Amino acid sequence: MNEWAALLMRLLFSRAPVCPVLVKYFYCKQIDLYIKRTFVRNAYILASKQRESAVLSGNLSEPAHSMTERGMDLAAGVLRFAAVTALTFLGLLAITFFIGRVVPIDPVVAVVGDRATQEVYEATRQALGLDRPLLVQFGIYVRDVLTGDLGVSLTTGRPVVEDLARFFPATVEMATAGILIGVLLGVPMGVIAAARAGSWLDQVIRVLGLLGYSVPAFWMGLVGLAVFYAGLGWVAGPGRIDIFYDGLVPTVTGLLTVDALLAGDWTIFGNAVSHLILPAAILGFFSLAYIARMTRSFMLDQLAQEFVTTARVKGVSEWAVIWKHAFYPIRVQLVTVIGLSYAVLLEGSVMVEIVFSWPGIGNYLTTALLRADMAAVLGATILIGTVFIVINRLSDLLYRVFDPRSR
Amino acid sequence: MPPLLELKNLRVSFPGPRGPVEVVRGVSFDLGRERLGIVGESGSGKSLTGRSILRLLRPPAKVSVDHLRFDGQDLMAMSDRQMRAVRGARISMVMQDPRYSLNPVMTVGAQIAEALRVHERIPRRAVRARVLDMLEKVRIHDPEHVMRLYPHEVSGGMGQRVMIAMMLIPKPDILIADEPTSALDVSVQAQVLDLIEEMIAENGMGLILISHDLDLVARYCDRVLVMNRGEVVEELQAGALHSAQHPYTRGLLESVPRMNETRRFLPVMDRVAGMGT
Ligand SMILES: Nc1ncnc2c1ncn2[C@@H]1O[C@H](COP(=O)(O)OP(=O)(O)O)[C@@H](O)[C@H]1O
Ligand SMILES: [Mg+2]
Repeated sequence: MNEWAALLMRLLFSRAPVCPVLVKYFYCKQIDLYIKRTFVRNAYILASKQRESAVLSGNLSEPAHSMTERGMDLAAGVLRFAAVTALTFLGLLAITFFIGRVVPIDPVVAVVGDRATQEVYEATRQALGLDRPLLVQFGIYVRDVLTGDLGVSLTTGRPVVEDLARFFPATVEMATAGILIGVLLGVPMGVIAAARAGSWLDQVIRVLGLLGYSVPAFWMGLVGLAVFYAGLGWVAGPGRIDIFYDGLVPTVTGLLTVDALLAGDWTIFGNAVSHLILPAAILGFFSLAYIARMTRSFMLDQLAQEFVTTARVKGVSEWAVIWKHAFYPIRVQLVTVIGLSYAVLLEGSVMVEIVFSWPGIGNYLTTALLRADMAAVLGATILIGTVFIVINRLSDLLYRVFDPRSR
Repeated sequence: MPPLLELKNLRVSFPGPRGPVEVVRGVSFDLGRERLGIVGESGSGKSLTGRSILRLLRPPAKVSVDHLRFDGQDLMAMSDRQMRAVRGARISMVMQDPRYSLNPVMTVGAQIAEALRVHERIPRRAVRARVLDMLEKVRIHDPEHVMRLYPHEVSGGMGQRVMIAMMLIPKPDILIADEPTSALDVSVQAQVLDLIEEMIAENGMGLILISHDLDLVARYCDRVLVMNRGEVVEELQAGALHSAQHPYTRGLLESVPRMNETRRFLPVMDRVAGMGT
């Protein structure tokens, strides 16, 4: 049992490039599944409500719920929401805990080295709590994580929490810029493609989307650098900032662009943007492909609905038909799609981070994996998992707030 | 004086695997401020005829017509903008099923107000007053409350009244009602039809009532067109329905069960009867 699990971990972690590709693949599958499930569920809720109202089809609407009843509903909903979130988080910790026990790395040896005496080994083992029942160990683990203790990284020699606080903002900055580009271009592209379905414009957008799926990130990164940095000199090269400016603005948020703005230093801001723009555009291109494709399919769905025809019958302009009647209802689904694309970017695009020497979480995680630095690997995994959970729950919440049918 | 609406030789086709398939094959009629019924089996091209008048069909549907005139103007020659000024304000349409034809994420009040605001520039307060007034006219009690509801919160019958209110609020000249009661409970069908009848009479409008139910059309219309396979096979005064000559119409009439009779078998429509004419 332990053997084959160990083998699996070795397989996953031994070849660095294989791992992120696999993880990416599974995440994408997971997102598609998640979105489908959400829609099926909502469609089901809708259908059952309609059946109810068909049964009740008297002349008057059903009497409005009393205020107290609504309050109770709301309280129960909040409670359920919190419970589900907490359970999901606990599940995440259980997984990282399990991985921590399964990998063929002895945590005691990792601390004391393999030439320590038996006494030292035993003493450390007890100090680490490894002699206690598994459940107790898990309890301690949960307590440690909740108090912000993720252990010490072997590679950097610093607490993992500190490392994450240093590396994660770089990823956040790139991912945020990337998702902004992806949304600002991808959503209108998807809407236009749907409104002009079958036209040459639709075809062009489809080909762009296909490119976003099939071109490898590192290739785009290298070509982008060759053309826009080395060739045209329009953007700055790898790294977050020119070495000359490094460390000049005080760290507040960890996002260099924001910190430069806060310090009021436009030169540094310009330099940071110039470093950021190319990798962000590449990430943006990948999320754009996905966002545009999903927007297009949601919009096609809506445009075929009868209420869109109703709007046209009323004499509503085509622009308002598309944006007000067809687009407005899908904004919640879009929030889910965008949120999950953002989560994928926040996980740190290893390829882009490596090509651009970006000191982000993807880079950190890969280095940690290659050095078998388990505390760092698990810490980063918890962080990424938490981001996923939070975004997931947020989009679920938005669904409830925005869609009158799910209230 | 020319009739309010003139339709001559309407043809609608869809591309099929072996060339275009014509599903409306030369429908013509005139309409004044009267009540015209269109009956026929499901699939006979009634809805496509209704939607063609508002120029609502989009590719891949192909529409051709010799002329389509409304109030002396050629609808086919109008720009999109001019056509939008006709839709809703001059010719309007009540759709079949309020569960699908009302926007699920807009309140009832907002949807009705939109129908008015598209065509008239009037202050917000006045819009609200007109919406409330209209809701009362379609006999909705407590319109203040209903205005704030979403379509899933109202019953089918009420949804259809909301639809009628929305389509009549800009005071159009012609109302097309496409199976307005097929999706409703039997108990509220008559109420909704009576309401349409009353509103039409009150405003002196023209009505095109589309239905698969001969009796219903005979009761609420002055004149009836019988459609089969995309063609008008017979035109009758509503009172003279039972003296219909065409075999297809006779078939339709005979396949309706009566309360005061006993029949072992209900005749099955002979679809070939209408062919070749
Ligand atoms: N989008 C479409 N594509 C292909 N065929 C269509 C389409 N819409 C309608 N039709 C065909 O046109 C015929 C008439 O449709 P319709 O006018 O909706 O009939 P009804 O009399 O029941 O309202 C139907 O037989 C249907 O098969
Ligand atoms: Mg129809």
